Amino acid sequence: MDYHILREIADSWVLLALFLFFVGTFAWAWRPGSRGLHGDASEVPFRHEDAPAADAPANAETEA
Amino acid sequence: MWDWIKIATFGVIALLAALAANWARDLAFQVHMLIVMVVAAGLFIWTVRRTDEPPVPVSGEYMDGPIRAGVIATAFWGIAGFLVGVVIALQLAFPQLNFEVLQGIGNFGRLRPLHTSAVIFAFGGNALIASSFYVVQRTSAARLWGGNAAWFVFWGYQLFIVLAATGYLLGATQSKEYAEPEWYVDIWLTIVWVVYLAIYLGTIIRRKEPHIYVANWFYLSFIVTVAMLHVVNNLSIPVSIFGAKSVQVFAGVQDAMTQWWYGHNAVGFFLTAGFLGMMYYFVPKQAGRPIYSYKLSIVHFWALIFLYIWAGPHHLHYTALPDWASTLGMVFSVILWMPSWGGMINGLMTLQGAWDKIRTDPIIRMFVISLGFYGMSTFEGPMMSIRAVNSLSHYTDWTIGHVHSGALGWNGMITFAVLYFLTPRLWQRERLYSYALVNWHFWLATIGIVLYAAAMWVTGIMEGLMWREVDAQGFLVNSFADTVDAKFPMYVVRALGGAMYLGGALIMVYNLWMTVRRAPSASAAATPAE
Repeated sequence: MDYHILREIADSWVLLALFLFFVGTFAWAWRPGSRGLHGDASEVPFRHEDAPAADAPANAETEA
Repeated sequence: MWDWIKIATFGVIALLAALAANWARDLAFQVHMLIVMVVAAGLFIWTVRRTDEPPVPVSGEYMDGPIRAGVIATAFWGIAGFLVGVVIALQLAFPQLNFEVLQGIGNFGRLRPLHTSAVIFAFGGNALIASSFYVVQRTSAARLWGGNAAWFVFWGYQLFIVLAATGYLLGATQSKEYAEPEWYVDIWLTIVWVVYLAIYLGTIIRRKEPHIYVANWFYLSFIVTVAMLHVVNNLSIPVSIFGAKSVQVFAGVQDAMTQWWYGHNAVGFFLTAGFLGMMYYFVPKQAGRPIYSYKLSIVHFWALIFLYIWAGPHHLHYTALPDWASTLGMVFSVILWMPSWGGMINGLMTLQGAWDKIRTDPIIRMFVISLGFYGMSTFEGPMMSIRAVNSLSHYTDWTIGHVHSGALGWNGMITFAVLYFLTPRLWQRERLYSYALVNWHFWLATIGIVLYAAAMWVTGIMEGLMWREVDAQGFLVNSFADTVDAKFPMYVVRALGGAMYLGGALIMVYNLWMTVRRAPSASAAATPAE
């Protein structure tokens, strides 16, 4: 395997694969049904400012 | 048991460092081994004194200790880096300031890498590590994974900075821009960085939110890519294990291409992707509203990382690098303009419906100006990467102006805003000590950047035109010394701009200090004053 074989693969299949992945990210972002998920995700910074989410809120008190 | 292993390890390290210092081939290596010896001995004593103390139980809260330390370190290294910057700007304007007694330690050539590494890796790096630990916990709703490993990353990174900085002053450098530290410092940084990655991934894996928030994607791409860049660009073989000197594995144009693949992606992933992670968390938080478009943030992320990695060859126009490679770098640099502005628009439009905050909230104003400078420098960069423009701009001060409008404007301003955001929260203060001082900082820094960038545009373009000016017979009109002479007024203005920027940062440090010392506690309303 020398440079020319690598270059051959890079210029054909790898280029195609990378391009499809790249275009795929747009399709993924705008896929049907993503609106609600994205709306929810964009609220993440506002949910757990002061303390982590408790594992099981019921027994958190008893441990302390 | 773990404590006993640590004690033994620190003892062995201190001993080995002492031996290495004794057998050192050069001064820089000797000083470094003495530093390592002192640090290991100090840790040895510190651990002995705490062994078998009952561990303090922690649960149900975020790990903020390393973040507080990171905020202090960011402010400290910021001042140090800006100060060295002002000194070397003055040295360029007034060469007498390269004092004879300091030759070989304090002259421009030794101080310049100290400045670049201090501001990028010490100031920027600490800001990135601290803010990433803050953001990953809050957006994963989980405590940092790995316990005290976060402290290891913090102190390990400070040790890296100290070794790098002292090495530059003593002449230990492998002469790769932004990757100057020698082989053993590189290995140490690799260890610290892998632990950082493990903490980050571990926290994300433990997250309680189903979705990995976009800021974490940017931070993670910064950590992973920097690891890759650092390892590949620093492939070198030490001449002796008791000496600082090493020999690069790559040679010639391959070495140059590897260096600028590294160098440009240090800009792309350290100074851009990481800081965009800050933007995607702190701008929505400070504005009190979610990011303008989450879909755009996804596309922004993938487009940015897909394109940035190819842009490096634009640093090597008109060199031994093949034309196809430099054309490739140029084309990708120009395309990169799109995701850059997409991200800027996403950040700015987050203020939609709250534009009045630019007037009323000085922290938002700082975020907005940082995004403005981000937009400006990500337009300027692609333009300068075009070969015809580059033939004028390359090797001139225009490049330095471009770098500083990005670094002071985008990285510096967003870091200041994040420090103003974090300090009251991390020290449980109700508010900042003074918003008037934030305003002073804002205007000093902004005017300082404008003076700096404008001076560098003028001197850069002038210099480029003087270099290429030929007379009717085809002879060059100007000697190099003519350009140096002509640049003097602009160099003074540049130093003035830098001094104003430093002055603003000093005001910030005072304000943050007084916030911790004097500002009312966040819980003051609930408990009576003492």
